[in-house]
Amino acid sequence: MADHAVVAGDEVDLSRRKFLTRATIATGAVGAAFAAVPFIESWNPSERTRAQGLPVEVDLSKIDSGQMMTAVWRKSPIYVVRRTPEMLKNIAGHDELLKDPFSKQSKQPEYAKNELRSRTAEFLVVIGTCTHLGCLPKQRFAAGELYASWPGGFFCPCHGSRFDLAARVFEGSPASTNLVVPRYFYPSAQKLVIGQDEKGVA
Amino acid sequence: MANKTPAPSGQGSAAMQAFWSWLNKRLPVDAFLETQMTGYYAPKNFNFWYYFGSIALVVLVLQLVTGIFLTMFYKPGELTSFDSVEYIMREVDYGWLIRYLHSTGASAFFIVVYLHMFRALLYGSYRPPRELLWLIGMLIYLALMAEAFMGYVLPWGNMSFWGAQVIVNLFGTVPGIGPALVEWIRGDYAIADATLNRFFALHVALLPLALLLLVALHLVALHETGSNNPDGIEIKDKVDRSGRPLDGIPFHPYYTVKDFVGIGVFFVLFAIVLFFVPTLGGLFLEGPNFEPANPLSTPEHIKPVWYFTPYYAMLRAVPDQRLGALLMLLAIMAFFFLPWLDRSPVKSMRYRGWMSRTALTLFAISFVVLGYLGLQPAEGLYVMLARVFVVIYFAFFLLMPFYSKIDPVKPVPERVIYHAH
Amino acid sequence: MRTERGVRAQLVCALLAACLLVRLAAAEEAAGGEAGPGQLGADWQSWHADNTLSDKPSLQRGARNFVSYCLGCHSIKYERWSRLGVDLGIPEQLLIKDLLPPGDKPTEYMLTSMPAADAEAWFGRPAPDLSLTARSHGPDYIYQYLKTFYVDPTRQTGANNLRDPGSPMPHVLSALEGLKRAVFRDVVSKGEAGVVSHEQVFDHFEVIAPGTLSATEYDGFVRDTVNFLDYVSEPTQEARRALGVWVVLFLVVFAWLAWLVKREYWKDVH
Repeated sequence: MADHAVVAGDEVDLSRRKFLTRATIATGAVGAAFAAVPFIESWNPSERTRAQGLPVEVDLSKIDSGQMMTAVWRKSPIYVVRRTPEMLKNIAGHDELLKDPFSKQSKQPEYAKNELRSRTAEFLVVIGTCTHLGCLPKQRFAAGELYASWPGGFFCPCHGSRFDLAARVFEGSPASTNLVVPRYFYPSAQKLVIGQDEKGVA
Repeated sequence: MANKTPAPSGQGSAAMQAFWSWLNKRLPVDAFLETQMTGYYAPKNFNFWYYFGSIALVVLVLQLVTGIFLTMFYKPGELTSFDSVEYIMREVDYGWLIRYLHSTGASAFFIVVYLHMFRALLYGSYRPPRELLWLIGMLIYLALMAEAFMGYVLPWGNMSFWGAQVIVNLFGTVPGIGPALVEWIRGDYAIADATLNRFFALHVALLPLALLLLVALHLVALHETGSNNPDGIEIKDKVDRSGRPLDGIPFHPYYTVKDFVGIGVFFVLFAIVLFFVPTLGGLFLEGPNFEPANPLSTPEHIKPVWYFTPYYAMLRAVPDQRLGALLMLLAIMAFFFLPWLDRSPVKSMRYRGWMSRTALTLFAISFVVLGYLGLQPAEGLYVMLARVFVVIYFAFFLLMPFYSKIDPVKPVPERVIYHAH
Repeated sequence: MRTERGVRAQLVCALLAACLLVRLAAAEEAAGGEAGPGQLGADWQSWHADNTLSDKPSLQRGARNFVSYCLGCHSIKYERWSRLGVDLGIPEQLLIKDLLPPGDKPTEYMLTSMPAADAEAWFGRPAPDLSLTARSHGPDYIYQYLKTFYVDPTRQTGANNLRDPGSPMPHVLSALEGLKRAVFRDVVSKGEAGVVSHEQVFDHFEVIAPGTLSATEYDGFVRDTVNFLDYVSEPTQEARRALGVWVVLFLVVFAWLAWLVKREYWKDVH
């Protein structure tokens, strides 16, 4: 025993040893956490992606009454619908058939939390992605197109979800919330900017 | 119990104990830790030269992690490689840091590996029973050189291109099959997209796997024989009644804590370079490589990255291309024969005579000087000096069977020399 | 005959001559980096850019210089306008008003408007992209390049350059710098086998006509532009160094703690 390399003699202060070891491990752990940050951050959308995700301008004069145009913003389809007075009338009067008629569970900016789900009556601006599993709903604007009492709206071909002309989801659809409304504003009467509003860029 | 480390934080909770016992019935975790860490005895007299093995392992992990992350953003291809590297440097959040970690890591790897190898020369760590350990190490060195060479081609800068051109053309010196071999390696009539893409596959997949396998073998071989030490004494020759070497200490905790200091100091130096001089004046990242590859414009001075320059100097010292390539190959192969060239009765330079010490010193100087000469243009005095030092380099190996035998040696002590620190 | 007065006179003359020589030498030394045309320029190869990346006003001026004088032919294709604004502290409105070419969006890369085909027809090849020149050649190279243009009637552009002889670039900044000619001297050398060779070696510049900027102003102009290109070659430089200070400090603390732990455990070892 006396000849051994390692002799834990009386000078061993176990508490000091424990304290120092713990302090070093703690410092090392903090360092490791900080070291992980650049790697995790590198997965953020890059500068190039962020540049591609800037607000998108739409020329509203190109959309005829009753027609829909699909813009692209942050790689999502954005439906811009110029609703006729006829279509606007068909939005009211079927609240009991809707899952979320007052958009309480659905996602939209405060200025779209109304019956028409838009800033102005004429235009509907929604993300054209079904809130069920992500397919693109098809436009079925004509009343009676799908069935006799159909008021007009959107129909998703993947699993049959139905939405009215304010993009609110009907009962009996697999989707549970209305189509999402992005942030947008009108810098002028004929121009729509998607992805930006008074609060700034989305 | 002197040789038992105190159990971590007492006995721990019952849940921890139960989990540990469950785990150990299915994987030999405790057994592994006991045989490889707490029950693995290493000589107590390790000095500064013994830090570099564990540091090399840390750098390997660093390269693997940063390399994988680079692969997430890098796009191999003659039209996209260069741009994607600048994309990483400018547009990916912290991309510049990941890139510099990888480029500085590559050079750091060679500094560490060269110091690690030098330790072996100092203390005779390649001698029986560690010849295979040494050979596996040499294979790691070869794999590392291939890995670094291919990695440097990937940014597709002008030096990437022309460096690849020169080195791949060397294979043309192989008698008979040379030209066909070169075309086969390139996959094209010149260094091109095909070459770049296959180098990418080899650099990212094949060679890292090979390196991991070789490093694992290296560690297994090391643990089989146990480590050498600065006095060149086999500590297993003197054991106590339980079979533990008298001059050995458990690797854990003693060398784990010591290696953390080495790693800490290493990272301080590494960080200083990375954050303040990542190009190191053109040694770690060469100026011409910030220009895209141009098959119609050769850089003024083609030179490989610094860790290849000793061999590059040898290549250019010989006026004949085939002989120069052969000489370069022999210079690397010479290392493989070391265990059998060395006829000295003692392992460590501490107990050898003036002949071995002079030879090793001259060898080390020649390696460094050849490295410097490889960075200079191949003309005039530089070439002359290169020839002189090539001779010295080879003399180290070729004359070793003689000078190691006749060199007067000092008596080797019975027990290792250790001063408490 | 050497009288006392004669010796004193000689000493005074010698002293005056020495003073003059020292004054001349000092003037030549001062002609180093700050020199423009009008000074000798013989030491042009030792001129250093000495630019300061943290000098934001300098970078802003350099950006303005680049957009006004260089962007017509040269791209800096890896740099976005918006990034320029953020890094150099230029508000987006000002960026759009003063720097951004009309019709370009701030998120776009800074590309030249000159079509590559035209550039090839006029100059033999498109002007190289300058994003990484400060890294591939160094700021000093660009600094020397912009300050060693001289009149050369034998060339199509009417100009030549010491840093890059035969450069197809015309002396774009001649209105600012003025015009200068290069004076060469004949250097005779005897090679092997008694072969005598003559070489034209640059000696000094001679100013032909001044530009709208003084020598010091032009020097500042070039320095700002080089500073800007240095920034463009690696926009993250400043962030890198700033982070580095903290990382190194942290690692020093960690290494010190690790050493304390090591010392503690190694008390066991005898």
